[in-house]
Amino acid sequence: MAFIDYYKILGVSKNATDADIKKAYRKLARKYHPDLNPNDKEAEKKFKQLNEANEVLSNPEFRKKYDKYGEHWKEGDSYEEARRQQQRQRQDTRYSKDFESQQYSDFFESMFGDAFSGGRQGSQIKYRGQDFNARLQLNLKDVYTTQTQIVTVNGKNIRFKIPAGVRNGQIIKIKGKGGKGINGGPNGDLFIEFDIINNTSFKRDGDNLYTSVDLGLYKAVLGGEVTIETFDGKVKMNIKPLTQNGYQVKLKGKGFPKYKKEGEYGDLFVTFNVKLPEKLSSEEKQLFEKLAKLK
Amino acid sequence: MTNDYLIPLPDLCTQYEMEMSFFINLEEYGLIEFISVEETYFIHKDHIVNLEKILRLHQELNLNLEGIDTVFNLLHKIDILKTELNDVKNRLRRYENE
Repeated sequence: MAFIDYYKILGVSKNATDADIKKAYRKLARKYHPDLNPNDKEAEKKFKQLNEANEVLSNPEFRKKYDKYGEHWKEGDSYEEARRQQQRQRQDTRYSKDFESQQYSDFFESMFGDAFSGGRQGSQIKYRGQDFNARLQLNLKDVYTTQTQIVTVNGKNIRFKIPAGVRNGQIIKIKGKGGKGINGGPNGDLFIEFDIINNTSFKRDGDNLYTSVDLGLYKAVLGGEVTIETFDGKVKMNIKPLTQNGYQVKLKGKGFPKYKKEGEYGDLFVTFNVKLPEKLSSEEKQLFEKLAKLK
Repeated sequence: MTNDYLIPLPDLCTQYEMEMSFFINLEEYGLIEFISVEETYFIHKDHIVNLEKILRLHQELNLNLEGIDTVFNLLHKIDILKTELNDVKNRLRRYENE
């Protein structure tokens, strides 16, 4: 278990006054408070450390104990005995704040155990449980249709529906699946952020899809039927004669499903890339020369 | 809207151990919204998340109501900017590797 330097966490010296500690804690708490840094795990961790440091250093009795045994706390005989006693007496501790578990480091728990929790248990204010955040990586193909997924959060399997058309970076909320409420308060929510990997040849912009199709010279000049790959299969379409390079057509309703709008789809935009032949037979060359003379 | 979704103001005072005047002040600052039914004030349960955030900011950071209001406005702006940034990133992906 690593020693934690509470003075360093608060950025104060070992001989800092109570006022210095209070001031440093307030300043850093305003910077790292989880409500001011939503979805920032680092800030949350830092805030917990600050609380821990402040609870120890702002209490003269605990500060004295920390200063005495701090780095070499393992060597303190009396401390060790007290620790063993505390461990025997330890009960399930419930905190009155929004951070249900792991609010204190192992170092803190070993050193001060339940001595703190007694003081903090006086309040029976009900609080909503902590919100959990998770990230789920899916392929673009996966989110073309509505599907059910199971995620494991804190050892619990949570089954939920992902509506078709969910976007990269989108966050969905699953009500009541976050941390357990404190003192009978409601449970927190689970927020899942989607990381959509596009390993298809289609580009997605909102509900629309974009693709490009190579077109031979003769088909571009004379027109005709082409087969186009869409997200859910192939479609045939006629292209007009003299189709230009970069010409774009819109296939209505062949794009991506619209989120939570069943049966509605965006459009597919197809750009034609006219490919010139790389080799010509002598006959073809003669014909092209003939064509050139006609112009 | 059924009453199941409404929490009476006196219950909030008991629950959070706060004076009624505190909640009234919050309402006056536009930080929470009351629903009045037969001369009793209620708060919708969907607004509890925000209310608890306000209480934490007030109790843990000693922010006054003006400060909380400012924080909420800035957080709202951050939310909008994050959504915009995300949309722009997604659009950018369309042109990448072309």
